[in-house]
Amino acid sequence: MLTIATGNKAVAAAVKEVKPSVVAAYPITPQTEIVETIADYVDAGTLSAAYIPVESEHSAMAACIGASITGVRTFTATSSHGLLYMHEMVNWAAAARLPIVMANVNRALGPGWNIWAEHTDSLQERDTGWLQVYVSTVQEAFDTTMMAFRIAEDERVLLPVMVNLDGFTLSHTFQSLETVIPGDYLPPISLPHAIDVEKPCGYGPMTGPDDYFRFRWDIERSMRDSGAVINEAQRIFAEKFKRSYGMTEEYRCEDAEVLVIAMGTLGKEAEVAVDVLRNEGIKAGSLRIRWFRPFPDLDIRGRDVVVIDRDYSFGFGGILADSIRARYSCSVSSVIAGLGGQEVTYNDIAAFVRDRKPGTEHWFGVKA
Amino acid sequence: MYEIRIHSRGGQGGVTAARLIALAAFRDGKYATAFPFYGAERRGAPVVSFVRIDDLPIKIYSQIASPDLVVVLDSSVMDSVDVLHGLKAEGSVFLNAAHSESIGDHRTYHVDLTGIALRNSLVVAGSPILNTPVLGALAKMGVITVESAKKAISEMFPDERNTRAAEEAFQELAL
Repeated sequence: MLTIATGNKAVAAAVKEVKPSVVAAYPITPQTEIVETIADYVDAGTLSAAYIPVESEHSAMAACIGASITGVRTFTATSSHGLLYMHEMVNWAAAARLPIVMANVNRALGPGWNIWAEHTDSLQERDTGWLQVYVSTVQEAFDTTMMAFRIAEDERVLLPVMVNLDGFTLSHTFQSLETVIPGDYLPPISLPHAIDVEKPCGYGPMTGPDDYFRFRWDIERSMRDSGAVINEAQRIFAEKFKRSYGMTEEYRCEDAEVLVIAMGTLGKEAEVAVDVLRNEGIKAGSLRIRWFRPFPDLDIRGRDVVVIDRDYSFGFGGILADSIRARYSCSVSSVIAGLGGQEVTYNDIAAFVRDRKPGTEHWFGVKA
Repeated sequence: MYEIRIHSRGGQGGVTAARLIALAAFRDGKYATAFPFYGAERRGAPVVSFVRIDDLPIKIYSQIASPDLVVVLDSSVMDSVDVLHGLKAEGSVFLNAAHSESIGDHRTYHVDLTGIALRNSLVVAGSPILNTPVLGALAKMGVITVESAKKAISEMFPDERNTRAAEEAFQELAL
């Protein structure tokens, strides 16, 4: 069906089509519209799921874990402080190898109290063993949510997936949306380690020093294998539904001498900046990171790199810039921009490129 | 690209107006995005919402700095907000008003949307509904087609009074 919808509604619409058995959630701005919409589907009978309105985000993830262990499809959504409140259970979900899908509507952390877009919330969950993907349009939010279930539930992965969309900038923006029905794109869930509720037994027992590391390595091995699974899921999605996605989205990169690297809606706005720069004779390209975990292979050799971080790790640097420096031993022009919903236009992004200085960090809007 | 900025007060439906206009443009076969600026708004506080319409997919998420059209649903916001800020030199203005003078050098249109809403008993929680009749005015101005305006309204608000109010606004707007 072709309509227009917000990013939040697109996520909810995808969840309706993948038919989870259990949705447990706690509302938080700017995510609330997702779980409200799903609750409406359940109430109207258009989605046959157990909707559990829990008392906190920690409980939301705990309820998803409990349900997922029995081998059923589960979903939750959160944002910002809600995500951090469930942090303990976020770790648990990955280590228990449960293919839970969660939408996180990226929002800054307080104080100062702020409800607008920033990526520091999800990037604080970077090391938990969840796959992380960042989307940039309403359609991409729908498509990626649908793909996330296939990827998470694949036997080669069996790790949870977090679908991230920018608070308000995408969650509350109306754009065109074509909804599709997954059909055989999404096989029935089959969790090899599901417990039999008729014959309950212990789960997650003490794991001593002789074995624990093996389970950690197994998470990492699956994380590495997940790249191929993601590419396969995206390729088959493109064949079936005629919309293609990669680990990254590249725009005018082929002959680019300078790349703008960003995530989320800033990465889409960067494409307009690239057009502006190309008109000035500057050979720029945009490389938008979709999948942050597993971290994609990037072709940046021999080019200048401007990394825009809508996040920060205090005492060190922009988290995306740090990842690229560490992986590629390169000198990047790091820009910290868009924190707490700070307005960043394509003209601003074009200026970041014109004014780039490799090896420096520039906080947009802060006088040096 | 055609860019619209809508000024209203929280609770008057400016945000929904932006969504309706985007939906109508979409039904016209265009690409459209609609988004509000979310402040810590409450009922009665000035609110700004935006619509972009183009023949190509729209990649811009930042706010509209130089609109082609400014829509003012509540002229009292003009006491505290510079609604003309950044308006293109050739840009136009639409006011919800029974009468209006030209504002600056800008082509200024007006319709008494409040009167139309009241006449059609389109009132929710004591506030007249302005976001469905305004589509009729914008259709007359050529921003969207009247067919798509009606289609968008009936998709989001099936109550026929909404479509009727838009038709009345279409009739009343003087080009």
